[in-house]
Amino acid sequence: MGSKRPAAGEPETAAGNGLLDRRALLAAGAFLGAAGAISSRPVFGAAELKVEPWMTEPGAPFSGYGQPSRYEAKVVRTFASAPGTTGTGASRTPLQRLNGTITPNGLHFERHHSGIPEIDPDAHRLLIHGLVKRPLVFTLEALARYPTETRIAFIECGGNTGALYQKEPAQLDLQASHGLLSCAEWTGVRLALLLDEAGVEAQAQWLVAEGADAASMSRSVPMKAGEEALVALYQNGERVRPSNGYPLRLVLPGYEGNMNVKWLRRIKATASPTMTKDETSKYTILLSNGKSLQFVFPIETKSVITQPSPGLNLRGLGFYEISGLAWSGYGKITRVDVSADGGKSWTAAALQEPVLPKALTRFRVPWRWEGGPAVLQSRATDSSGQVQPTRAALIAERGARTIYHFNGITSWAVDEHGQVRHVYA
Amino acid sequence: MFMPRLCLGVAAPILLSMAALAEAPGLGHPAATEEIAVWDISIGPEGAGLPPGSGTPRQGEAVYAAKCLGCHGEKGAGKPNDQLVGGIGTLTGEQVSVKTVGSFWPYATTLFDYVRRAMPFDAPKSLSNDEAYAVCAYILQLNGIVEDNAVMDGQSLAKVQMPNRNGFVPFSRQK
Repeated sequence: MGSKRPAAGEPETAAGNGLLDRRALLAAGAFLGAAGAISSRPVFGAAELKVEPWMTEPGAPFSGYGQPSRYEAKVVRTFASAPGTTGTGASRTPLQRLNGTITPNGLHFERHHSGIPEIDPDAHRLLIHGLVKRPLVFTLEALARYPTETRIAFIECGGNTGALYQKEPAQLDLQASHGLLSCAEWTGVRLALLLDEAGVEAQAQWLVAEGADAASMSRSVPMKAGEEALVALYQNGERVRPSNGYPLRLVLPGYEGNMNVKWLRRIKATASPTMTKDETSKYTILLSNGKSLQFVFPIETKSVITQPSPGLNLRGLGFYEISGLAWSGYGKITRVDVSADGGKSWTAAALQEPVLPKALTRFRVPWRWEGGPAVLQSRATDSSGQVQPTRAALIAERGARTIYHFNGITSWAVDEHGQVRHVYA
Repeated sequence: MFMPRLCLGVAAPILLSMAALAEAPGLGHPAATEEIAVWDISIGPEGAGLPPGSGTPRQGEAVYAAKCLGCHGEKGAGKPNDQLVGGIGTLTGEQVSVKTVGSFWPYATTLFDYVRRAMPFDAPKSLSNDEAYAVCAYILQLNGIVEDNAVMDGQSLAKVQMPNRNGFVPFSRQK
């Protein structure tokens, strides 16, 4: 489709297929040109602007813990459990129905290996032992007296977007394809502080972290990663939810979700990795040559357009905000480019400030949909210089025999009816 | 009038946390060796942490039939949950890879570690050490990795050579 010449007062297109400059929204009167369109729309009458019932009587009473509007009942996690189990499997964040960067606690994704334990905080202990001079046990009461730090960090399951390795594009909504991704403000005690008190021996290069769930899920963590780690007590200001590790969660900013051990109860300093089930039989990347990449820890540079996305179809021509999320386990997002023509032309999106390392970054770009087919893509760059690869480049390098650590560019095709579906482009 | 109070309110916690950092709170209790022994269920790949006890494939077959078969199927064939046996040699080429304990897991010690901590699913940590060794022996025997008369214990389990032992490469971003 040919790009239409902007009418007087309308912003210039910044890239093919109607993408506008990210600064267009900031300039006052940038959309004055649209005024003509407004005058052609039906006029709102008295029937629409009436006094509603909720304006004529007092509203609901207080409640101890607030809940979303009942009109937002669709904004929930979706989940599936392993055969014959409940609470063992994963629940997914409805990213297509959220905005900003912080995931509400009740919507943070989950991956449990044997349900959610109901832990009595007074009975819970954290043991630090192994190659340390002084093995120590901490109560919650003791940990609550330590200096705390706060860190906004995303957590993404290493298996998130595993379906994008498939031969044919999976027709899933964003929650089903990308929903093992969330971002929260975590507050807790620096693990390094506790390790210092225990006195880590020089030969200790690794830690093994273990949860207090029925599966006692455990993972080896390089000692170096422990430097940035938090033993989190709070999530978005309130105590960590049981579904996210109450009363203690290990938070390793940027590292695949499985290593952020929930219900943390034990940390053992070791000379080498323990080779637990979840770092050998799972979370390893089987290559075409039969070898498997192991210890693929940080999430690599990645982004996705959340609005529009499959299921969020366009309703009529004209202005839309393309919005999405970008993230990297290697640092800050420095740039997100957006294309509406399948990668032929790109424009830089606006990044929501503050942009924080190893946190979700919201990007936005204005778009004028003129009714033709479009292929929407986003491409993130991070502070380590890493650029999100195309799906083809990723698969050329790693093959498609795995479900882990897919970070290729994702493409949403918009057809002339405004229907959005997942394509490979 | 308002400002000075506000400044004080901000400054005080900063001073407090700096003082706390300069001097470690030291609120952890020393952990007794016996206490640690009960908690430490990690088994290293060289066998560190393997407890006393032993088991054979024949003993393991009985444990498996009673406690594992419902989820992992006849002879570890899988369904409804993970397949434990078979798939050796399927990791390369164009074929569909079948990742099982036999075809994919690099260390037999991991099997003991995982069975003891997390299995059986509805009653984890209920197996005796002998039962856990026996179930490991049975699964390894079904995969053709150990003989029918093998005895798995703290010495022999760590010596088992898994078929995919050398199948893993540590990841590095440098190419």
